[in-house]
Amino acid sequence: MNLTGSQILAEVLLEQGVDTIFGYPGGAVLNIYDTLYDYKDRIRHVLTAHEQGASHAADGYARATGKTGVVLATSGPGATNLVTGIATAYMDSIPMVAITGNVSTNLLGKDSFQEIYITGITMPVTKHNFLVRDVTELADILRKAFQIANSGRKGPVLVDIPKDITAAKCEFTSREPLPLDRVPYEKNEAALQKAAQLINSAQQPVIYYGGGVSSSEASEELCRLMHKAGIPATHTMMAAGIVRYDDPLNIGMLGMHGSKSANKSVGNADLVIAVGARFSDRVALNPKRFAPKSNIIQIDIDASEINKNVLVDCSIGGDVKAVLSDLLPLVEEASHEEWIKKIGKWRDTDYKPKDSEKVIKPHQLFDTLCSMTPENTVFVTDVGQHQMWAAQYLHHSHPRSFITSGGLGTMGFGYGASIGARFGLCEGKRVVHITGDGSFHMNLNEAATAVSYNLPIITIIMNNSVLGMVYQWQTAFYEKRYSSTVPGRKTDFAKLAEAFGAKGFRAATPAEFKDALGKALKENGPVWIDCTIAREERVLPMIPAGGTIEDTIMD
Amino acid sequence: MSTPRKTIISILVDNHPGVLTRVTSLLGRRGYNIDSLTVSITNIPDLSRITVVMTGDEYMLDQMIAQTSKLIEVKDIFTLDADKSLMRELLLVKVAADDSNRGVITEIANVYKAKVIDLSVGSMVLELTGEQNKIDGFLTILGEYEILEVCRTGVTALSRGAVDYHLNL
Repeated sequence: MNLTGSQILAEVLLEQGVDTIFGYPGGAVLNIYDTLYDYKDRIRHVLTAHEQGASHAADGYARATGKTGVVLATSGPGATNLVTGIATAYMDSIPMVAITGNVSTNLLGKDSFQEIYITGITMPVTKHNFLVRDVTELADILRKAFQIANSGRKGPVLVDIPKDITAAKCEFTSREPLPLDRVPYEKNEAALQKAAQLINSAQQPVIYYGGGVSSSEASEELCRLMHKAGIPATHTMMAAGIVRYDDPLNIGMLGMHGSKSANKSVGNADLVIAVGARFSDRVALNPKRFAPKSNIIQIDIDASEINKNVLVDCSIGGDVKAVLSDLLPLVEEASHEEWIKKIGKWRDTDYKPKDSEKVIKPHQLFDTLCSMTPENTVFVTDVGQHQMWAAQYLHHSHPRSFITSGGLGTMGFGYGASIGARFGLCEGKRVVHITGDGSFHMNLNEAATAVSYNLPIITIIMNNSVLGMVYQWQTAFYEKRYSSTVPGRKTDFAKLAEAFGAKGFRAATPAEFKDALGKALKENGPVWIDCTIAREERVLPMIPAGGTIEDTIMD
Repeated sequence: MSTPRKTIISILVDNHPGVLTRVTSLLGRRGYNIDSLTVSITNIPDLSRITVVMTGDEYMLDQMIAQTSKLIEVKDIFTLDADKSLMRELLLVKVAADDSNRGVITEIANVYKAKVIDLSVGSMVLELTGEQNKIDGFLTILGEYEILEVCRTGVTALSRGAVDYHLNL
């Protein structure tokens, strides 16, 4: 077939099994959008209000489904507006292909209208990027982009296509998608034996697992390891839901806002098994004093993560699922009763917030939310206090059901990601977007998108009228000098929702929240619930940056 | 952590536009200290060789190699053992010289087997190829005179003996 570059793009998307993309049109991608008009029965294009929203939507789609998210934007500002979304996906290893238009090849490098060097700009936040200089290269570059995004440690790839390439023609033959590159795992018998020996001889072992378990779809193998060897497991924020919240061996989240018992377990362990986790500074706050009494085993697909932040005693490089499958037969059955009893005692002394019937307390809000929504609900957050409360108090029960910006911490991520998740999920699944008044103000323009497509997304705004997380730090470490964290906004979210064509409710008491949520769950389109939260509410416990368990703030 | 030492790293990369930017951008972003960097084509048309001299401890070196090898266009990366490798650098140096000292500078050049490649009324340009410490030594001695300009290529290096592509080409 002799096809235009735009048609080749559409055909390769079909080859890759892509049926939904997110984007925003513009001058440099006019030819592509004209072609998408012909393909609209096979490729659904979701128009967002802003390219950043589209990039978060592609990301949310990928997180919810495990498939590669695709975002399309025009040159110049369209492309630069994607950057935060691409960086968000990069930091959390989310497979994404971003396609940008650019000015025609004869105008490249001449500061032409809406020209930007987007491959240069995105170099540090993509796994790789391409500038297509000839239409005959286009199909293979796009195929390679999908292959790279999904191979090894996943991540975003950008393909920049000048306008003349989208119109130029060449021969095109459809192909099967490329197999994933660089076999990620060569069975390392010696490392497996060493790991098994460390596990089998440990008295006080702890598993510390992260988002890599989700990328590798290895929650089953992880649970088998935990239960066969009787090892309690703590998780990073990225890994919420991989093991059910009520699994007796799940000891919850660790790190800066993790439970004291989880942090104490790691601090007292004689073996820590890190699975698909990278010892980030929110977990290993003080890398030199992380698990000081412990041997450490690290299982990770990315060799550069081994010994990067914390020096380990034994490492196994490879896909988590494959490594765990090979490790399981070598591990002896054990129960570690004494150790688990000890952790149980620590858990009894964990931070417990006080209930209220008068005002909405974060933990009660999440209790209500979990009791009133189906267990398969997908929760999406923005960034800040509400995010930490959601991580702490939601009843995480499934992988891919807690969608949050971990590494980059992108305020304004949530609404776009909710929209993407909604498009990726089957009709039966609920999407609940949890946000704060600060984060929501950043990208609430995507309400327009939610209304256009009549998406049943419930947005819960935990509204304390301050930029809560920074406010909390200013309270604790800056002598209550509230510099630029009390914006004094008068936004009426319920009215604003109505103005967008969505439904809006207000709740100032637990009873009102229950009532509003009940009504929201009956709606078929977007709903916002503006929940009043006291500005004094803090995320606890908290270990200050660089601190250790001894520095934990409990009240 | 081990003590910092100088290491030569050979990186074979796809001969694509922008590949040097990708490598240097990564080195800069991760904060690795580069002493010198050279890049050139190889006998294989699709490959270029980037030779990096870096000072750092073992941790930094391991990280640098692990991070760099993740770049899609990096085909191979390995360190060159100083004992089993040949390392050369080219120096061009312009020294102020007139009738009074031209002779003695030429004598120094002869000791180092440097060549005089340009001579004018007030200056001369010397060329020297050798290992880094030889060039350092030469420049130290010339420092007794007035050095006007210096240009060094940075180290290029190959391993001794059989071909050392670790690639499955």
